[in-house]
Amino acid sequence: MFEIVYKKQLSHTVALFRVKAPKIAEKRKAGQFIIIRINEHGERIPLTIVDADIKEGTITIISQEVGKTTEMLGELEKGDHILDVVGPLGKPIPTDNFGTAICIGGGIGTAPIYPIAQALKAAGNKVISIVGARTKDLLILEPEMTKTSDEIFVATDDGSYGHHGFVTQILGRLVDGPIRVDIVFAVGPLPMMKAVCNVTRPHKILTMVSLNPIMVDGTGMCGACRVTIGGKNRFVCVDGPEFNGHEVDFDELMRRNRSYYNEEKMAMEELTYHEGPRCYERNS
Amino acid sequence: MTERKRGRENVSRQTMSEQDPLERIANFYEVPYGYSEDQAVREAMRCFQCKEPKCMTGCPVKVNIPWFTRLIAEGKFVDAAKKIKESNPLPAVCGRVCRQEDQCEKFCLRGKKAQPVSIGALERFVADYEREGGDVSIPDIPKWTGKKVAVIGSGPAGLAAAGDLIRRGHKVTIFEALHVSGGVLMYGIPEFRLPKKIVEAEIDYLKRMGVEIVLNAVIGKINTVDELLSDGYDAVFIGTGAGLPIFLNIPGENLVGVYSANEYLTRVNLMRAYRFPEYDTPVLRGRKVVVVGGGNTAMDSARTARRLCPEEVTVVYRRSVDEMPARAEEVRHGREEGVQFLFLAAPTRFIGDREGRLKAMEFVRMELSEPDETGRRRPLPITGSEFQRDVDVAIIAIGNDVNPLIRETTTDIQTNRYANIMVEPDTAMTSKKGVYAGGDIVRGGSTVILAMGDGRKAGKAIHEYLTGEKK
Repeated sequence: MFEIVYKKQLSHTVALFRVKAPKIAEKRKAGQFIIIRINEHGERIPLTIVDADIKEGTITIISQEVGKTTEMLGELEKGDHILDVVGPLGKPIPTDNFGTAICIGGGIGTAPIYPIAQALKAAGNKVISIVGARTKDLLILEPEMTKTSDEIFVATDDGSYGHHGFVTQILGRLVDGPIRVDIVFAVGPLPMMKAVCNVTRPHKILTMVSLNPIMVDGTGMCGACRVTIGGKNRFVCVDGPEFNGHEVDFDELMRRNRSYYNEEKMAMEELTYHEGPRCYERNS
Repeated sequence: MTERKRGRENVSRQTMSEQDPLERIANFYEVPYGYSEDQAVREAMRCFQCKEPKCMTGCPVKVNIPWFTRLIAEGKFVDAAKKIKESNPLPAVCGRVCRQEDQCEKFCLRGKKAQPVSIGALERFVADYEREGGDVSIPDIPKWTGKKVAVIGSGPAGLAAAGDLIRRGHKVTIFEALHVSGGVLMYGIPEFRLPKKIVEAEIDYLKRMGVEIVLNAVIGKINTVDELLSDGYDAVFIGTGAGLPIFLNIPGENLVGVYSANEYLTRVNLMRAYRFPEYDTPVLRGRKVVVVGGGNTAMDSARTARRLCPEEVTVVYRRSVDEMPARAEEVRHGREEGVQFLFLAAPTRFIGDREGRLKAMEFVRMELSEPDETGRRRPLPITGSEFQRDVDVAIIAIGNDVNPLIRETTTDIQTNRYANIMVEPDTAMTSKKGVYAGGDIVRGGSTVILAMGDGRKAGKAIHEYLTGEKK
């Protein structure tokens, strides 16, 4: 059992948790993730480790309610427990001094990009960050990202805050501009990461993306998370989660992530049916 | 005790009654019911009580078979269970999933002229008898030797090593990556072949003897082998089991609906997807299911799929029925349950719809030529014989590669060209001092009992290493 020692609602559907897991806090490196299972009937889902406090023995995770499991996680409060937490899983990202690095976080993807930006900064890179969201209310970790970046740009799809438009438009201006960009890290929805790669590909700028496929065990046993990368099958849980975005078959991954579309809908209906009033209350 | 000379009377081998095939494809309950007390005694009486029992030479963990069959014949069922547990901490598991026909029963003298003694069914009977009696006592554990051993992985190899070491007086901690212990016994072998309650009970027996199990602990990530050795563990046993599933490497393999057997079985067994949405993990049930492969895992997948109620489940194997590595009993059970077989055919590509979901497969017919290095006849494709079938769920059960996590973080453990850990055959010792390994991480794809045999071998060797009792 892993205790939630702190919770902060970042937006309507996004919450930050600090979870007691001293051993993971001590071992984790930027880019790694955990797998959680909320209760006895729960499924195993991966979540990026956003931050860790070794002294307090906690790890920070950020979750957006997109399905039954994340919705149930969103219901948990300080003092509640998560049944299983395992990690740190996956490979840490390379945190060399590349020179100038652009870190792009889209929506909830800003959560995983934050530790990467931190690590890059610590390694001596000039860090330029671009964070985006659909609307101002969904923007997360802007103050933290500002603190860890040499320069920061914000974009919202609806123009409610910062640049009116997409992160890729800002990226396009930067890579066409006078600054030499050595590497790009992008985490966000798959269409965003795909679009980022399309911007950087003609400039031949190495672009690392963090993939979020469906996983079951997360330790290299089941193969659910396989993705075609550079024409080869790779397993995100042990080979990733970060890969050279120019080699990733994003369309395939998008299709695979919709594998259980019908089942997820069914599970949500079940949840709403049993816990209906509570959900409506919170959303109103 | 009976006056008749044991083993001489001409009773035929007792068979376990089974759940009706039509009934059982609608549930996940166990298929065979097990012996009655009467049947067990009668079967045990068939044992010749050989002075030099050949059956034991076929047992990887060296269970004293004539001793326990004699106890059964005398009606001392609990004593028989205890006798088995001296060498095998998981008798209810092994009684069910061991390939007795290739091991103990293969060497049974009875089997020369008639059917061999049903050693597996007897082992299962006494283990069930003891457990269902509710009073499973634990043996006396010697005083702590002052030594601590870390066991990585709580599958059959790790559990056998742990059982051996705890009985020799060492402290044992098992580190398990998943949220439950048991490894393949929990995630791989289906409920209807090995009820999970039984696995839990046998693991509970080890815990009561003092084995500590740490769940959710991935060694290679949370701790390395070197860290375990410097954290106060005097020796380490690696039993991390099967790794990444092997795929066919043909077009369309990442379409939605194409599973590895590992994933499919893990979803259904470990995560209980057959009870979705009561349990949160889903699995695609499909209407026309194809399982690729001819081993026990293929049969487990096919029989599992059958219970998820598609219209059709077909096992596709590139050789013929004679070359199938699966146990004959599994194939028979599958047939009874309506699993179809397509022999001498191999998939050549998966065909998807516009949303990237599997809708058909293309196969090529095969013919058998001369035997290859495994002694089985090599299958060769017949050019121009390609054909298609509608399929919406495909399960690939053609084996596993090696999990990279320990290798990547412990570079001084020698591995072979397949990346399996190399060990000394008699001691299970690796190239790294104080580190031993067994089961699938050493053997590649193997069986529960061979993994347990490795675990026991390592247990003995670790004991000798720690106490200096030999060498």
